[in-house]
Amino acid sequence: MNIYAASFTEENNAIFDFSTKYGKQILWIILSIPIIIFILFINGKFYERFSSIFYLVSLLSLLGLFVFGKEINGAKSWYRFGPVGLQPSEFAKAFTALAIAKLLSDRKYDLGLIKNQIKAFIIIFTPALLIAVHDPGSALVYLAFFFVLNREGLTLAYFVLGVTAIVLFLLTILLGVKTLVISVISLISIYVVYHIYKDSRFLRFSWIKVLALYIISTSFIFSVDYAYNDIIQPHQRDRFEVLLGLTDDTRNIGYNSNQSIQTISSGGGFGKGFLKGDRTQGKFVPEQHTDYIFSTVGEEWGFLGTTIVIILFILLLFRIINRAEQHNNKFGRIYGYGVASVLFFHFVINIGMVIGLLPTVGIPLPFFSYGGSSLWGFTLLLFIFVRLDAHKSYDW
Amino acid sequence: MKRSFLLYFLILCISLVFIARLFHLQVIKGTQEDPLYNAAIKVEFDYPERGYVYDRNGKLLVANQLSYDVMVVPNEVQELDTLEFCNLLKIDKEDFTKRLQRAMNYASYLPSVFLKQLAKEDFAFLQEKLHKFHGFYIQKRVIRDYPIRSAANIVGYISEVDEKTARTDEYYQQGELIGKYGIEKQYEAVLRGKKGKKYYRRNRLNKITGPYENGTKDSLAVHGKDITLTIDSNLQQYGELLMKGKRGGIVAIEPSSGEILALITAPTYDPNKMVGRARANNSVLLFNDTIHRPMFDRGLKASYSPGSPFKLVNALIGLQEGIIDESTSFYCYNGYQYGSRKQEFMGCHCDIYGRPIRLHTAISKSCNSYFANTYKRIVEKNNNPEEGLTKWSEHVKSFGLGNYLGYDLPEGDKGLIPDGAYYSRRNKFRWNASTNISNAIGQGEIITTPIQLANVTAAIANRGYFYTPHIVKKIDGKPIQDSAYTLPKQTSIDRKYFDPVIEGMREVFTSGTASWVNIKGIDISGKTGTVENSIRVNGKKVQLEDHSILVAFAPKENPKIALAVFIENGGYGSTIAAPITSLMIEKYLKGEIAKNRQWIEDMMLKKDLYHIYNREILNPDTFEAGTK
Repeated sequence: MNIYAASFTEENNAIFDFSTKYGKQILWIILSIPIIIFILFINGKFYERFSSIFYLVSLLSLLGLFVFGKEINGAKSWYRFGPVGLQPSEFAKAFTALAIAKLLSDRKYDLGLIKNQIKAFIIIFTPALLIAVHDPGSALVYLAFFFVLNREGLTLAYFVLGVTAIVLFLLTILLGVKTLVISVISLISIYVVYHIYKDSRFLRFSWIKVLALYIISTSFIFSVDYAYNDIIQPHQRDRFEVLLGLTDDTRNIGYNSNQSIQTISSGGGFGKGFLKGDRTQGKFVPEQHTDYIFSTVGEEWGFLGTTIVIILFILLLFRIINRAEQHNNKFGRIYGYGVASVLFFHFVINIGMVIGLLPTVGIPLPFFSYGGSSLWGFTLLLFIFVRLDAHKSYDW
Repeated sequence: MKRSFLLYFLILCISLVFIARLFHLQVIKGTQEDPLYNAAIKVEFDYPERGYVYDRNGKLLVANQLSYDVMVVPNEVQELDTLEFCNLLKIDKEDFTKRLQRAMNYASYLPSVFLKQLAKEDFAFLQEKLHKFHGFYIQKRVIRDYPIRSAANIVGYISEVDEKTARTDEYYQQGELIGKYGIEKQYEAVLRGKKGKKYYRRNRLNKITGPYENGTKDSLAVHGKDITLTIDSNLQQYGELLMKGKRGGIVAIEPSSGEILALITAPTYDPNKMVGRARANNSVLLFNDTIHRPMFDRGLKASYSPGSPFKLVNALIGLQEGIIDESTSFYCYNGYQYGSRKQEFMGCHCDIYGRPIRLHTAISKSCNSYFANTYKRIVEKNNNPEEGLTKWSEHVKSFGLGNYLGYDLPEGDKGLIPDGAYYSRRNKFRWNASTNISNAIGQGEIITTPIQLANVTAAIANRGYFYTPHIVKKIDGKPIQDSAYTLPKQTSIDRKYFDPVIEGMREVFTSGTASWVNIKGIDISGKTGTVENSIRVNGKKVQLEDHSILVAFAPKENPKIALAVFIENGGYGSTIAAPITSLMIEKYLKGEIAKNRQWIEDMMLKKDLYHIYNREILNPDTFEAGTK
C-alpha cells in the first residue's frame, strides 16, 4: 500500500511562479482525499453488487455528451459546470472494469464459448465506441481489457490476430498496397507449400481455411488502404507518417513529438533541476502539462528521473497483479487485472508518445498529468481495488 | 500461473524498451548540446549584405543600407531605470510595458525585436548606455535602398518574417527580414546569402566568458548573390512617366529571348516607401487602397477580354485550318448577323459597306464581320461545334494563353480559354458558333492578361515560336541556364501563315486605325483594340468607358521589341494606347523622340483620366453607354 502512496505525485508544466494550474491540481489532490476515504469505507461487496448500475450510469453519461457536452480542443467530451469541467470518459473506465468483473465472475462463465465472448465484447466496446466518436485516442484504452479477458480464458489467438492486424496496417502505410499484397500472398503461399510438402493431403482438408486466409488478408490490406486514405483525417495520417519516418516534418505535425524528444534529450543524465528546465519554461512543448508531462520529468530529472518513474510504475503494476492473483474470488482478481491493464495501457501509450516511439495519441499519464477528471478517474479505479484487496477474506 | 505470465512479461519488455530508448535520447544524445536553445550559450548573428539588383545595362536598382533594431531577451531583463531607457528610445512607459509583454508572450528565453529600426541619431546615445540595461542589445541588420524610384512592382520589398515561420522554420528567427513581393520574394534564397553565427559561453551571471568550443561551430556570413534583371531601366522609367494619371499596364518583351524589357503597372509607388520605420504606415495605405490598387500588378494580373488584338490569333487559326487564305473575302453590312432574330446582330465600325474585304484590310480596319465569319467556319468545320471549338482552343493555348506562362515572378493569372467541354457543361441546349460568336472578336468568355498578350505578340514577331518570358538575366554574373527559359516553345501555326497576318498588322500603322502615330523610319506592326467594359450597379448592367489596348512589335524584320499596352477606361485603342506604344518603341529603338512627334509625347504626358475614374465612383448610374 505504501507503494501506492509513493507513486502518487503531481506535476504540471512547472512555470516560474506558482500558476493557477499548479494550484488547481493541488486542490484536486486535496479533494480526492475525501473521495478515497469514502471509497475505502464502503463495503467491498457493495461494489460488486452495484457494478451493473454504475456501468449503466456511466454509459448514460457518455450518451448525454452528445446532447449536453461542451467542445474542448475539438472533442465534445466535457460537461461544464461553471468553472469546472468533468470528463465522463475518465470515470467510465473504472465502471467498465467493474462490470466486466461482475460478468466474468460467475463460476459457470466459460469464455471459450463464442456467445460469452460476444457478451464480453459488447460490454467493453459500447463505451469505447461512444467515446471513439469524439476522441478516438481515449477509446483506444479499452483494448486493455483484452488482457483481462485473456487471463480468464480468452485464447491468445485474438491477441495474435490483433498484433498481426496492427503490423499489416503499419506495413501497408509504409510499403504501399501493391508491395504488401504481393508479399503477403507470397508468404501465405510459402506456408501452404510447406504444409503440402509435409502432408500431401493438407490441401484437401484445409483448402477452405487457406482460401479464407488469402481473401481475408488481401481484403484487409485493401481496406486499410481505403481507411487510411479516405476515412482517417489528414492530421492523423500525418502522425503515422512522421512516426514511420515517411515525412521529415518537424514544423507542423512532427512538431509536438520533435519538441518533446528534444526536451527529454536535453535533460541528459541527471536533469537540470526542479523548475530549471529551460525548454519547459520556454513553452517549447505543446500540451506539456497534460499529455507531454513526462518530458518535463525528462528535462528536469534526466535519465535518472525517467528511469525511476518507470520503475515506480513497474512496481505499482506488479504489485497490483500480484495481489489480484491472490484473490480466491474471481471478481476481485478480474477487477484487479482491469486496473493493472488500464494503467499499463496509459503508461505505454503516453510515454511511448512522449519519447517518440508511438504516434501522438492524446492520453494522460496516470497521476502525473494535469486534469481533475483524469486524477479522480484513476483514483476511483485504483482505490476501489485497494478496498477490495484490503479485506479479501470477504471473498469466498 | 501460465496466463498471468503474459501481462508481467509485456510490462517488463516494454519498460526495458522504454528505458533503452530513454538512455539513447538522454545519455547519448543529451550530451550533445543544442546551442540554439541552451541558456548557457549565446548566439550572435551576423547578417550579410543582401544581393544587389541591376538592370540589363548595369544600372543599380536595389542597394543596401544598415539599420539597427533593439532586441530583448525577457528572461535576462533585470531592474532598470525605465525612465532613462524610455527617454533614450523616445517611447513612453506604457509602450515599454506593452513591448516587453509582447516579447514575453513570444518566448521568454529567446530574443525578439523590442524596437525596430532605431533612428540613427538615437543609436549612438543608446549604444553608450546599453550596458546598464541587461537583456537588451542592438542587432545590426541590412535593409534595402532604392537609388532609382522605379519598378516598385518588380523589385518588391522585404519585411519581417511572420511569427509562425519564425517559430518553426530552421533558418529564420523572429525579427529577420524576408522577401515578400516581386524579385525579393521570388529569388529570396539567392539574394539573402547566409547569416554568420558566433557562439559564446555564458556563466550563471550571464556574463560572456569566452567562445563556445573555441569557435569551431562558428560560421562566417556569406554575401547574397547579385541579380541582373532583363529590365531596361530607361524604358521602364519612361513608360511609368507616360502612364501617370492613367491606370493600366505595359509589358515589353524582347522576342528573340523572352526577356522582359519593361513591366509597368499604373498607378505605382516609390519603392523607398516600403523601407524603414515608415513602412508599416505606408503599407497600410498602399495595400488598403482598394480604388487605385497600387499593389496590384496589372501587367501580370489584370484579367479582361483582349478585344480586337485577339483577331490576329483567330486569323492565324483560320489560315492554319485552311478556312481562309490571303484572298478570301467577306462582306460587311455595318455588322454581322449571327442569328435569325433581329437583335442577334454584331455591329462593326470598319466603314466598308458592301464591298469584299480581304484579310489584310480586315486587320488594318478591324472588321468584326470578317472575323465573325472566320470564327464560325473554324468552329463548325466538321459540323461538330464541340470538337471544332476544342481544336480551336488547342491552337489558342499553344500561344501560352489560358494558363500560367511560367515566368519567374510570384504573381500571375491563368486567364481563361474555353474549350468544347466548357460550353457543353454550361449550355443545356445544343450550341454552335453563334452562341459564343463574341470570341471571334476577342470578347465573350476569353480572358487574358497583358503579359499573355505581349507573349502572343512576341510569338507572332518570331513567326511561330516564343521563349517563356523571364525577368532575370544573370545571377552572380552568370547568365541563367534554366532550359525552361532558354528553349523556345512552338505554336501550332506554320511559319508561312504569319506573313499575311503581319502584313495586315503593318497596315494598321500605315493606313489603318493607328496610322496617325506611325513613326518614320521604323516599321511598326500591331493591332489596336477597344474592350467593352461594363459593371452591374444595383442589378442593372452599366456600360463604362471602354478599355484601350494595343499590341505591337518593331521593327517588322528582326524585331527587337514586342509590347502590349492596356489603359483602363482609355476609350478607343487608337486614342491613348497607340500613341503610348509608338512613343515607347521610338524611345527604345532610337533613344529619343523625334522633334515632329514631341506633340504626341506632350499630349500623353498631360493626359489624365482621373476625371473618368472619379466619375465611376461618384455617380456610376449617370454614365452614358460606351461607344464602340
